[in-house]
Amino acid sequence: MIRKEMIAMLLAGGQGSRLGVLTARVAKPAVAFGGKYRIIDFPLSNCINSGIDTVGVLTQYQPLRLNSHIGIGIPWDLDRNNGGVTILQPYEKSESSEWYSGTANAIYQNMNYIEQYDPEYVLILSGDHIYKMDYEVMLDYHKEKNADVTIAVMPVPMEEASRFGIMVTDDEGRITEFEEKPEHPSSNLASMGIYIFTWKALKEALISMSDVEDCDFGKHIIPYCHEKGERLYAYEYNGYWKDVGTLGSYWEANMELIDLIPEFNLYEEYWKIYTKSDVIAPHYIASEAKAERCILGEGTEVYGEIENSVIGSNVIVGKGSVIRDSIIMADVEIGENTVINKAIIAENCKIGSGCELGIGEEKPNKLKKAVYAFGLVTIGEDSVIPSNVKIGKNTAISGVTEPADYPDGLLDSGEYIIKAGGK
Amino acid sequence: MKALGIILAGGNNNKMHELSNKRAIAAMPVGGSYRCIDFALSNMSNSHIQRVAVLTQYNARSLNEHLSSSKWWDFGRKQGGLYVFTPTLTADNGFWYRGTADAIYQNIDFLKRSHEPYVIIAAGDCVYKLDYNKVLDYHIKKKADITIVCKDMPEDMDVSRFGVLCMNEDSRIVEFEEKPMVAHSHTISTGIYVLRRRQLIEMLEKCAEEERHDLVNDVLIRYKNMKRIYGYKIDTYWSNIATVDSYYNTNMDFLKPEVRNFFYKQEPAIYSKIDDLAPAKYNVGANVHNSLVSSGCIINGTVENSMLFKQVFVGKDCVIKNSIILNDVYIGDNTHIENCIVESHDTIRANTYLSGEDGIKIVLEQNERYIM
Repeated sequence: MIRKEMIAMLLAGGQGSRLGVLTARVAKPAVAFGGKYRIIDFPLSNCINSGIDTVGVLTQYQPLRLNSHIGIGIPWDLDRNNGGVTILQPYEKSESSEWYSGTANAIYQNMNYIEQYDPEYVLILSGDHIYKMDYEVMLDYHKEKNADVTIAVMPVPMEEASRFGIMVTDDEGRITEFEEKPEHPSSNLASMGIYIFTWKALKEALISMSDVEDCDFGKHIIPYCHEKGERLYAYEYNGYWKDVGTLGSYWEANMELIDLIPEFNLYEEYWKIYTKSDVIAPHYIASEAKAERCILGEGTEVYGEIENSVIGSNVIVGKGSVIRDSIIMADVEIGENTVINKAIIAENCKIGSGCELGIGEEKPNKLKKAVYAFGLVTIGEDSVIPSNVKIGKNTAISGVTEPADYPDGLLDSGEYIIKAGGK
Repeated sequence: MKALGIILAGGNNNKMHELSNKRAIAAMPVGGSYRCIDFALSNMSNSHIQRVAVLTQYNARSLNEHLSSSKWWDFGRKQGGLYVFTPTLTADNGFWYRGTADAIYQNIDFLKRSHEPYVIIAAGDCVYKLDYNKVLDYHIKKKADITIVCKDMPEDMDVSRFGVLCMNEDSRIVEFEEKPMVAHSHTISTGIYVLRRRQLIEMLEKCAEEERHDLVNDVLIRYKNMKRIYGYKIDTYWSNIATVDSYYNTNMDFLKPEVRNFFYKQEPAIYSKIDDLAPAKYNVGANVHNSLVSSGCIINGTVENSMLFKQVFVGKDCVIKNSIILNDVYIGDNTHIENCIVESHDTIRANTYLSGEDGIKIVLEQNERYIM
């Protein structure tokens, strides 16, 4: 095997339970984003754009969509004779067989994969952030500081710092202290979950920590390295970086793409984001249709009105329907004269005619108050909404619903319908 | 693998005016996201024809770039592949392709070294969907020597730029005239032929011996009484784009729901090179009606009854009507474009007024671009 200087390990096994029904049947990194992409496209594109051609993708939760999306890595040019993309799923071993119990444990179980390439450095990434970053610049920093571990950090507002893992550094950028979600943060540099390890140091840490249950980078490996006195450095990043871990932040990040000149610009020639494109046809806007301040995917047909929304590919919006402040993923069909306000509708849903989504006062959701909030209507993939129903805010729907599921034709704010099975 | 494919993409003619200055007709963008040759290539791929040769000679850069990887059409397998043959100098030949028959003859080794019993010959400048296996089955059933795929055109259409043919009740072709002064029929040849590989080799060698170079005149028409030539009629959409008007009309046909549905939605799909562009973006002031818009476009103005190809930027207060804007065009603010075809990579300065008064105007501004 040809030796690689740095390889990437992309952690894509998490469910992302705070995305509610959106991740009922797909892993979070496979959730659609921006009318065409999936979240994992961003780290994968960053890898190839940074010159990293060997990427191990660790999957565990609902991997089918992720596997078929990545395939052999053609869209990212990661179909290589040497290296390329490899899906690493949990596997049975002669003495034991276990799931990936934590981020570091997942890497530990795949040390053989890393050893094949005998790399100098290993880049650890997670598959749930929207950003463009040149990992090669970060590697240069790592080398320049002669570091054992470099952690990418970004300044966050002080009042939000207690939600993150916080790094305290000296003037040199060397990490002196490490606080996980501190009540009284002493710095505002938040860890972005992107690490470069010198492989020797990581290997040693993984082996000595192998008995730790649910071994995690933030909770175990980084503190271990720190206590051992290894050289930990913080690499400050100041570009666009968005965690899309909650429905609110996911919705916001999509909406930010619509801005006149978005902070996160997908239209630049430089640093392209690649994805698997199944649909390539142009989209059609009918004579009676209207579309303003929106992103429209390929092959979509619009006969109604779209405002301030992100619409995926192969969507059909019927005559007289109005869509505002919403995210509609691929292959959704929306009937006629349906009004949709502030909704997230996952792939392949069918919404009837004459419906009203996102009406009334906000009420806390009865199933998961913290998840289904932000005033959103969230509809899981392959769901069906019958014609002429009204749906309130902070609601969640999954599965094939029938008129009987809507007493008086209404699903009040804060209610939910979760039907098992679906299609 | 009963057949191999040959796509004739060398063509160029003055009926395309400036549009074919920089590219072969087969490389013309069509239908928003495609190039014309994608239709023939996808039909080949969807018909499980795995070994396909593209013959080209007129300004092939654009075409070569498009065909630089065969993976988009699912060619490039261990068995078969996509081959692009341009004229080459050899010890005993220094000619360009002197005609369609000569183009194939100069690459006759490709035919001789293949093992597929049949050959499908298709033109690269037509927009259609066809399962060539159906034609092949028909060809075998009719015990034909050559089968020509043909189509009935509307009675009021001028067919004098096509090969016009007449068939008897058995569908055998009894009359065949290329570009007739007066057409006796409205059945035309679509430029798609099926025949046995050995038969083709034999005919081409004979042709070359006699210094004849055209596939239609020197093979098909010449052999029409000697050989069993049959017609296979198609009734689905088919269009040749080789004149400015037909190019314009073919693109505008995609605004019709049935055509859109046929090419964009119905399986099997038409494939093309993937450009990795972000989805189209509509800003404040976007006002689009009855139009097709491709990925990478950014729209700030009015677009009506038009087709925007990939990566078109439409500035504020622009009005674009009944027009085709090819790939990567930047249109400055307050510009009016009506009945035009705007050539790709063009930059239209702000406050420009462009209108095709009697017929379609081809716009080639070639201004320098400072923005983006």
